[in-house]
Amino acid sequence: MAVRWEHFRHEADIGVRGLGPTREAAFEQAALALTAVIADPERVAPQRAVRIACSAPDDALLFCDWLNALIYEMATRHMLFARFEVRIGDGRLDADAWGEPVDVRKHRPAVEIKGATYAELDVRRLPDGSWLAQCVVDV
Amino acid sequence: MDLSVFERRSDHEWVSPARGRMRVPVVIYASRELMQAMDAKVLEQAANVAALPGIVQASYAMPDAHWGYGFPIGGVAAFDPDEGVVSAGGVGFDISCGVRTLLTGLRREDIVRVQARLADTLYARIPAGVGSTGELRLSAAEMDAMLKGGAHWAVGRGYGDEADLARTEERGTMRGADPKAVSEQARKRQRDEMGTLGSGNHYLEVQHVAEVFDARIAADYGIAAGDVVVSIHCGSRGLGHQIGTEFLKEMAIAARAAGIDLPDRELACAPLASALGRRYLGAMRAAINCALANRQILTHLTRAAFREVLPEARLPLLYDVSHNTCKEETHEVAGRRRRLFVHRKGATRAFGPGHAELPPEFREAGQPVLIGGSMGTGSYILAGLATGMERAFGSACHGAGRAMSRHEATRRWQGRAIVDELASRGILVRSPSLRGVAEEAPLAYKDVSAVVDAADAAGLARKVARLEPLVCVKG
Repeated sequence: MAVRWEHFRHEADIGVRGLGPTREAAFEQAALALTAVIADPERVAPQRAVRIACSAPDDALLFCDWLNALIYEMATRHMLFARFEVRIGDGRLDADAWGEPVDVRKHRPAVEIKGATYAELDVRRLPDGSWLAQCVVDV
Repeated sequence: MDLSVFERRSDHEWVSPARGRMRVPVVIYASRELMQAMDAKVLEQAANVAALPGIVQASYAMPDAHWGYGFPIGGVAAFDPDEGVVSAGGVGFDISCGVRTLLTGLRREDIVRVQARLADTLYARIPAGVGSTGELRLSAAEMDAMLKGGAHWAVGRGYGDEADLARTEERGTMRGADPKAVSEQARKRQRDEMGTLGSGNHYLEVQHVAEVFDARIAADYGIAAGDVVVSIHCGSRGLGHQIGTEFLKEMAIAARAAGIDLPDRELACAPLASALGRRYLGAMRAAINCALANRQILTHLTRAAFREVLPEARLPLLYDVSHNTCKEETHEVAGRRRRLFVHRKGATRAFGPGHAELPPEFREAGQPVLIGGSMGTGSYILAGLATGMERAFGSACHGAGRAMSRHEATRRWQGRAIVDELASRGILVRSPSLRGVAEEAPLAYKDVSAVVDAADAAGLARKVARLEPLVCVKG
């Protein structure tokens, strides 16, 4: 079962999508897609970890919260993240995100992200048993 | 978009009658060509807005409308204070994003001889791009004062002149702001972002007046062909983004409890008469003040840069408009004056002549409506019209709107090639990100001229002048 991320088209902004064998893997892949909106994730070194926790009444809102927590950490710590470990249970998400401080020369960041939206928001199990998590982010 | 579902009320007014859950019709102002090119999602989203409780008259879309989230970008909707709602999705993440334009008293030839030095100086002075920070750090008490006072606060701290305030919507201070409704996270996100431009489609441009369409109004606004102006496009930065994020979630969860069946989660809203609705209004108004203060500080930095290069220049403010807001206004509906909460999501307020909100010197001309274009195609100054007050609660378009995704733009163009091509046309671009430049390529946007022509023909606002860039600082 493929683990991957991709961007999808939105007229004004950009969609992020993660795919993986588990819900957690799909969330982790979508987080990579989020980083890729800003910079090439390959250029970001997973130097130090930031602990992230959030909770929401359903999977879709939890996914949006997860991305928004990352957006908040990126904005306030001036960091980019490249590796993620997500744990989900009982409407609660705990995660570690590894990354490093933004270096304009090294990362060449293109754009900052304002927030994850509920547009095209979807978290679901696909017919082959794998998971998809996606939404549009406002840049 | 399939035009067969519309009744064409005039050349530029397309009506989709209320059906199903819609409480009011959808009205789109655009030319046939713009309608044909418009994504079908615009009608779908405008129809969802038309289904919200307490909506008054119609769900409107401006000529630059495109597929947004919840509301279409270019959407205008007004709500009754007792029956209606306020929507965090209907204002969006970049609360009070807007444009201000400064006059310079300079002519194009004055700039050309120092153009590169001016570009470099502005780029050095204006924090722009991902991770850039401002010099200002606010204590908790100062943050509260800023959230209450907006541009007025900034002027009191030495950023700009008293005269700037009369030329800013709400005279520089959005009343009704409630700093207590602004979370610690939102404040933290703003900690080092005061006086920063941001990224994406935000910019600072030195522009020349390339064409004047209405000489009388242009004279009232203090502009003539060949004059140089400076336009700044940005919003409430991290604070506004965080407020949008937090209230979107809270409203989405609370909507069901309030008995509001949302056709789209992104339309998350709360009754205006509820505690949550009032708290959002207090926080959103604080974010409007943050945006006004931010553009005021950027104005100060711009003036300092000009003083270094062109010491004789004075840069008075022409006007400052916001295009992502919900504001309490009085409008005439079916012959009756009514207090309404008007959401403008990617739409500019465009009050007509005689409106009490306008500074006395613009009462005859109407409100300056500042429309941002793309780096290569230019921008426009329009004037509010009496007809616009009737047609869409005194609203007009806000920009060109994207014609293609960011990904498609980077596939087609290289940032370096765009910078070089624009330089060969006399437009100097300064940006920390070449990929960012490619994503904002001129051809990634729709033709702004077609949009403002449609706004003019629809009677929303009158064309006054077209601006072309000389210098563009891009985040």
